[in-house]
Amino acid sequence: MSATPVLVMQDICKSFPGVTALKDAQLRLFPGEVHAVMGQNGAGKSTLIKVLTGVETPDSGEILLDGRPIQPKSVDEAQKIGISTVFQEVNLCPNLSVAENIFIGRFPIRGIAIDWKAIEREAKAALAALNIHVDVTRTLSEYPVAIQQMVAIARALSTEAQVLVLDEPTSSLDEDEVERLFDALRELKRKGIAILFVTHFLDQTYAISDRITVLRNGEFIGEYAASAISRLELINTMVGREIDEAGFAAQSAADAAPPSEYPFVTVKGLGAAGRMHPIDLNIYRGQVLGLGGLLGSGRTETARMLFGIDRADSGTIAIDGAPVRLSSPRKAVQQGIAFCPEDRKTEGIVADLSIRENIILALQARRGIFRYLPRRVQSAMADQFIKQLGIRTPDAEKPIGQLSGGNQQKALLARWLATEPKMLILDEPTRGIDIAAKLEIMDLVKTQCRKGLAILFISSEMSEVLRVSDRIAVLRDRRKVGEIEGKAADEQSVFRMIAGAEA
Amino acid sequence: MKLAGTINTRTLPLLVTSVLFALLFGFGSVSYDNFFSVQVFLNLLIDNAFVTVVAIGMTFVILTGGIDLSVGSIVALTTMVTAALVEQHHWSIWAVVPLVLAMGALFGLLMGSLIHYFRMQPFIVTLGGMFLARGLCYVISIDSIAITDPTYAAVSEYRIAFGEEAFLSVSAIIALLTLALAIFLAQYTRFGRTVYAIGGNERSALLMGLPVGRTKMLVYTLSGFCSALGGVLVTFYMLSGYGLHALGLEMDAIAAAVIGGTLLTGGVGYVAGSLVGVMILGVIQSLIAFDGSLSSWWTRIAIGVLLCSFCLMQRLLEHGGTNLGFLFSYWKKPEEQADTAK
Repeated sequence: MSATPVLVMQDICKSFPGVTALKDAQLRLFPGEVHAVMGQNGAGKSTLIKVLTGVETPDSGEILLDGRPIQPKSVDEAQKIGISTVFQEVNLCPNLSVAENIFIGRFPIRGIAIDWKAIEREAKAALAALNIHVDVTRTLSEYPVAIQQMVAIARALSTEAQVLVLDEPTSSLDEDEVERLFDALRELKRKGIAILFVTHFLDQTYAISDRITVLRNGEFIGEYAASAISRLELINTMVGREIDEAGFAAQSAADAAPPSEYPFVTVKGLGAAGRMHPIDLNIYRGQVLGLGGLLGSGRTETARMLFGIDRADSGTIAIDGAPVRLSSPRKAVQQGIAFCPEDRKTEGIVADLSIRENIILALQARRGIFRYLPRRVQSAMADQFIKQLGIRTPDAEKPIGQLSGGNQQKALLARWLATEPKMLILDEPTRGIDIAAKLEIMDLVKTQCRKGLAILFISSEMSEVLRVSDRIAVLRDRRKVGEIEGKAADEQSVFRMIAGAEA
Repeated sequence: MKLAGTINTRTLPLLVTSVLFALLFGFGSVSYDNFFSVQVFLNLLIDNAFVTVVAIGMTFVILTGGIDLSVGSIVALTTMVTAALVEQHHWSIWAVVPLVLAMGALFGLLMGSLIHYFRMQPFIVTLGGMFLARGLCYVISIDSIAITDPTYAAVSEYRIAFGEEAFLSVSAIIALLTLALAIFLAQYTRFGRTVYAIGGNERSALLMGLPVGRTKMLVYTLSGFCSALGGVLVTFYMLSGYGLHALGLEMDAIAAAVIGGTLLTGGVGYVAGSLVGVMILGVIQSLIAFDGSLSSWWTRIAIGVLLCSFCLMQRLLEHGGTNLGFLFSYWKKPEEQADTAK
């Protein structure tokens, strides 16, 4: 590692309408190092990458490459000055050959025709440099994602790159494939290329990185040598302190639920290759099971498998002791499972419909269009939920888009409660709403649960999970690492578990 | 890249089509006297020269993942303009042909620009182009215009002999030359490879810094040019211009490309396949003609069945590699789609 950085990003600010994505962000990148950028959801990692690679233009701040200020306007331009990027999803053409994918856009021409021989020769050499030996004339889609990822890297490197940016390159790779990628990265390190590595996997960060930059809420928190910061310290740095610890500290309805003797849902060894390691879970009626873990730890993946959105390729699910196959969301709904998805705006509310219509939606869908709910019943139901959940609105006919985020979320909750489910999966029900509404929603969850509903609660804010859950299943890197009783747990014990230092 | 004798999921459809053609031709040779001759084979090229040329242009469009419905109408418009200029204004054929070719290319360029700059659906834009060009024919004349110009007739009737009895027309030669050029364009030029890249993944193509917009516009220009060239070949073949010429030709061209192994979603296929596709359509027509007792509408039925079975075959091949797991992944697909739609 040399003493002068090849790339410096100084005081980068970037805001989008309504949000400040980056505030005075800093980054230093030295030749021959692997540098990880870490942070929670919304920390500004991807915005930082986008600014660096020319996808976004910063509002202020400076980027220096080899001491000279640069302002890339496009991915293409960034690449020309030596910053190559491999994006999260493989951005290649699956229908073209491996060799072609590496060279398209700058084909060598011999006479008037493309020189295919030269391309094949050079592609082979470029991949061999990464220790990959494949038939470069075959189409890209014939190879696994790991090889495709390597091809993307080979393409990025074939243009004399000084800086290689890898944006979550491992999110679709399995362990062996990650190992191959890391071998290639180590090889590149030796050649003096600076590698910027964005990931949310802790193990991988420690396996490959020399230094780590942590961002939180768009702000630069610190730059650390990977060998000098422990996992627990890193997690604490990423998560930061909660502003409102006092409000959260007390478990609200401290009444410990009498857990039913048998679990409602028993999950054994449920997993999907490349997405989720086999996981065991027991979800009881009248209990909230929280899924705790950092971003990318497999929380949403677990919920999606349970609801039949993603297919698990191993393991079993039993409901009330009877094995079931939840191969589609429809089947899951038939079993009395409801799923309140993560992204309220795109997957949840229908903004132009009224609160009443939004609440009634799932129930009507379940009844089918031929058993139309009379308007009178609809109104009565909507009014009941508005009162019960404390949705603040003049009446049930107001378009839901005009409500605040918290009230929208409550209406969504009402939608699923209206179907009288036996189990409710809540994926990030409190995202993007203010603190008072968060507390209210959490209390509602708790109250509903006490009525005998089984709840699976997912949130990236650990304090929330702790506050609501009766038990917490702790996930790390798509693997369940343990389970703690809600009452016994505090943030530190969960983080210690995530960090791998057994609590 | 290279066919190089390797059979994989890319070349298999082309191989199947070729074998099918051989089977159909063989069936005809066994069933009917005089069917098995070089001339019957060459006649397929002669009679379908214009379809071949139009299908070549169409193949490029489909390879980008687009569609061009205007080709038949541009063919008709070309025949009308050509006939009117040659017959009523007594222009020389050497002036008329370059003019109509430029006109077809311009028409394609305009449609391509609409598609690129305004992000309009190729289906709608070219549907508009189809009505427009067909309508313009009747502005020139609502009747058929016969071409009696002697030079024109001479070119039309000129035969290039192959051996004792076999011959090819000028049109067939033009079609074969166009095919050769198109294969070169598709396989050995940056333009051609960009066409494939766009069809494979347009977003990726953009991120890889390829000239996506320019290529898309050029592809429709090329298709317009090929349609105009097809129109010129129709005037050689029919010696007339008429607004009802080449009705439904766009569908034949699409069918030929698909039967020839080009995937409608883009990115996969070979220009040469479209020739085989055209020849299959031609040989079915010949079989029905030789039979004599069947109505010519049986051609349509045969094409319909073929088209569906080829699409089914491609759908199955699309997801598989060389292993048999493709059946499995095929069933998984709709669910994944529903998933993203949620």
